[in-house]
Amino acid sequence: MASVAERTAPAAPPRRGLLSPTNLRRWQNFKANRRGYWSFWIFMVLFVLSLCAELIANDRPLMVSYKGEMLFPVVVNYPEEKFGGFLATTDYRSDYIQQEIQGNGWMIWPPVRYSYQTVNSEIPHSAPTQPFWLMDKAERCAAYPLKDADPNCTLGNMNWLGTDDQARDVLSRLIYGFRISVLFGLALTILSALIGVTAGAIQGFFGGWTDLLMQRFIEIWSSMPVLYILLIIAAILPPGFFVLLGIMLLFQWVGFVGVVRAEFLRARNFEYVRAARALGVGDWTIMFRHLLPNAMVATLTFLPFILSGSIATLTSLDFLGFGMPPGSPSLGEMIAQGKNNLQAPWLGLTAFFAMSVMLSLLIFIGEAVRDAFDPRKTFR
Amino acid sequence: MTEPLLSVRDLSVAFHQGGHESLAVDRVSFDIQPGEVVALVGESGSGKSVTANSVLKLLPYPSASHPSGSILFEGRDMLTASDAELRHVRGNDITMIFQEPMTSLNPLHTIEQQVAEILELHQAMTGDAARARVIELLNQVGIREPEKRLKAYPHELSGGQRQRVMIAMALANRPKLLIADEPTTALDVTVQAQILELLKKLQHDYGMSILFITHDLGIVRRFADRVGVMTKGRIVEQGAVADVFERPAHDYTRHLLDSEPRGEPPAADPSRSVVMEGKDIRVWFPIKAGFLRKVVDHVKAVDGIDVTLRAGETVGIVGESGSGKTTLGLALARLISSQGRISFIGKDINEYSFKQMRPLRDRLQVVFQDPFGSLSPRMSVSDIIAEGLRVHQPQLSFEERDRQVSWSLEEVGLDPATRWRFPHEFSGGQRQRIAIARAMVLKPRFVMLDEPTSALDMTVQAQVVDLLRDLQQKHDLAYLFISHDLKVVKALANHVIVMRSGKVMEEGPSAEIFAEPKNDYTKALMAAAFNLKAVRTQAVSQ
Repeated sequence: MASVAERTAPAAPPRRGLLSPTNLRRWQNFKANRRGYWSFWIFMVLFVLSLCAELIANDRPLMVSYKGEMLFPVVVNYPEEKFGGFLATTDYRSDYIQQEIQGNGWMIWPPVRYSYQTVNSEIPHSAPTQPFWLMDKAERCAAYPLKDADPNCTLGNMNWLGTDDQARDVLSRLIYGFRISVLFGLALTILSALIGVTAGAIQGFFGGWTDLLMQRFIEIWSSMPVLYILLIIAAILPPGFFVLLGIMLLFQWVGFVGVVRAEFLRARNFEYVRAARALGVGDWTIMFRHLLPNAMVATLTFLPFILSGSIATLTSLDFLGFGMPPGSPSLGEMIAQGKNNLQAPWLGLTAFFAMSVMLSLLIFIGEAVRDAFDPRKTFR
Repeated sequence: MTEPLLSVRDLSVAFHQGGHESLAVDRVSFDIQPGEVVALVGESGSGKSVTANSVLKLLPYPSASHPSGSILFEGRDMLTASDAELRHVRGNDITMIFQEPMTSLNPLHTIEQQVAEILELHQAMTGDAARARVIELLNQVGIREPEKRLKAYPHELSGGQRQRVMIAMALANRPKLLIADEPTTALDVTVQAQILELLKKLQHDYGMSILFITHDLGIVRRFADRVGVMTKGRIVEQGAVADVFERPAHDYTRHLLDSEPRGEPPAADPSRSVVMEGKDIRVWFPIKAGFLRKVVDHVKAVDGIDVTLRAGETVGIVGESGSGKTTLGLALARLISSQGRISFIGKDINEYSFKQMRPLRDRLQVVFQDPFGSLSPRMSVSDIIAEGLRVHQPQLSFEERDRQVSWSLEEVGLDPATRWRFPHEFSGGQRQRIAIARAMVLKPRFVMLDEPTSALDMTVQAQVVDLLRDLQQKHDLAYLFISHDLKVVKALANHVIVMRSGKVMEEGPSAEIFAEPKNDYTKALMAAAFNLKAVRTQAVSQ
């Protein structure tokens, strides 16, 4: 025995690469689906960019040098008295503050000088206004004091995709709206996966009465009229990101239960599970160590589709006016505006293209994930 | 010499997957004369089934390809034949029967529909003529009262009967060549003997040739005229059966012939302490009926069986599938609930809950049949073996645990350096060794072995039997050895219980039982297992 121990020391497991062979094969299968692979990277780039939305579209400068002091208005909220005003927050877009700062230093603006709720007060005619490239130079800067010679008549102050009916910049609202849609979708998907997988695991593993009762409950639960319940709850609770998330979570987790339950029902009679029982391993350890990895394949395959479904649901609620509170950037609200302002097609078109690109990318990614986890898939 | 019916020349088969190419069959040549039975014998992965499947081009093309060779059937090359030509040959001139009768019949069609479909396809025979021919065929393959069976669905038939229906379908168009791909592997020994006799008789009546794929040398010896021994995609030796068995020329053939499980079990010693004792064990599954789910009857899987196991001894439980032998083992290991007293190392465990059982589990271990199913595919070998240690000896440090894992791997004859690998990197025999190591690392007193050798190749079986016997002597283990394979039981058990339908048919010291079985059923079982003879008696199942 001692000789064995000597020979086998050191005991540390050998370093394997970042991915186990199975996962490496999955990654290769994922890559082999070129459309899904590219969709994944495009989506990731868009998502990461939208996470930095404050640095791309904001009504505050990124950096200000004022009387020899370096200020970062994007991160820090400076009161206006710093620049000789009297308001609690500084309006960097106002002529007075701009002249004050330009006179005593300089400032760097983000590429788009509007946040999602900034009202553009220099629009040439009543809102909504069309994208700037549909107007000539004289027209687009008509509202500035010095017309097209005004220092503010720059590209950053232009509305690339026009403004909506409250004179807010559409591009900026699109960026923020994309971010909130994806974040909402991700949060909803992850939370409902957690709840759904747990419920499905318990049902499938214990079976019998537990399974029967929970299954009946789920049948009743999933036949509830979700929209009406949302309307009722929206009348009681103030609308907001987390309230919406909670309400939709109540009904979304059901989607995962069936898949995971089936997987657990199948796998709980596998011989290695029986072998683990014979070793005296407890129920929860068996569930986590032996059964969950099986069920995760089905769950992960499901995930991108649930994600796109969640985003679509949030958008439709926003469209109906039962979603995010008024003023928050949302694609659904933009579609509603497009519907109300048919004379301003850029509103509806922007929202339409944003939604269809985002959902298509997610579906393509979902297809590639499905390929990746398909054990029978071979690529030649 | 006449023109051969089938002539395979230099056949190679390659599989492509993920950019890799693997050669499954490497330049194989053999001939089949009309009316001749040729057997291809080899272990799993030797390429024998792939060879058989390429004759009818049934491989998954295009991921399979033939880099070289030709398959001439009556002078036509099957490899270059068009799809239409192939369809004409398939099911008509050449037919096939497969290993798994459970899945090779369509569960949604009646027997009559399935057999008549072939008649309609190739002979355009329908209506009463087709029905008459179906009945005739079913009669020929030995299905009793075929008129009543016409409307039966596959699930209403036993495994043997299904295989008979498969044979009827294969014979429907009087083929010139029948390819039988392990047709009896999934069947019980008594049924296997009947099916082999049937095939032999039909081959004689129809004057057809048979290409017989098997891993069982006993079948080859009794059944085939000529044999080809395959290993690693090559035929290493071929010739008349008598020649090959009497004077094997190739090392591998000798190795194969040598690999029958041998050796004697240790002598029984009634003075040893009793490890496990079961008295009047019953496992009844209730049959519920009606609206209120009243229990109307029971399926008596195990019906009043007494077992006594002493340290260092092996009790063999023998019986056909469905005889309740595995259920008995699971009941003794307290993995399913049962009635009757079970005492283990002096404790009455039949009333223990799962929690109460847990402290005893390290001394009461189980090795399962299927080494591919009993190891979690997502855990490394080290984790698999250490799992029991984590439960029963949680105080062990990582190093101590690792030392025990290495030691137990060493004990079952595996290199401890392989313990970080995953199960799929091991062969079937190695996996079964890992499963045994998982049981042994806990130092059990009693091990239930549920058909531990039946999923393994012949040569590996013999090794595992030797390993089990060594471990028993070394650690003074009590084995409950469950198997349908009488050869293996003979090599390991000193006491045998023959079970059928949950009841003991015969029981006694194994030497006595194997030498002079008294019960008719035991006799039939022995004849089928050792001589492949079907005994005409009511005692066996169909």
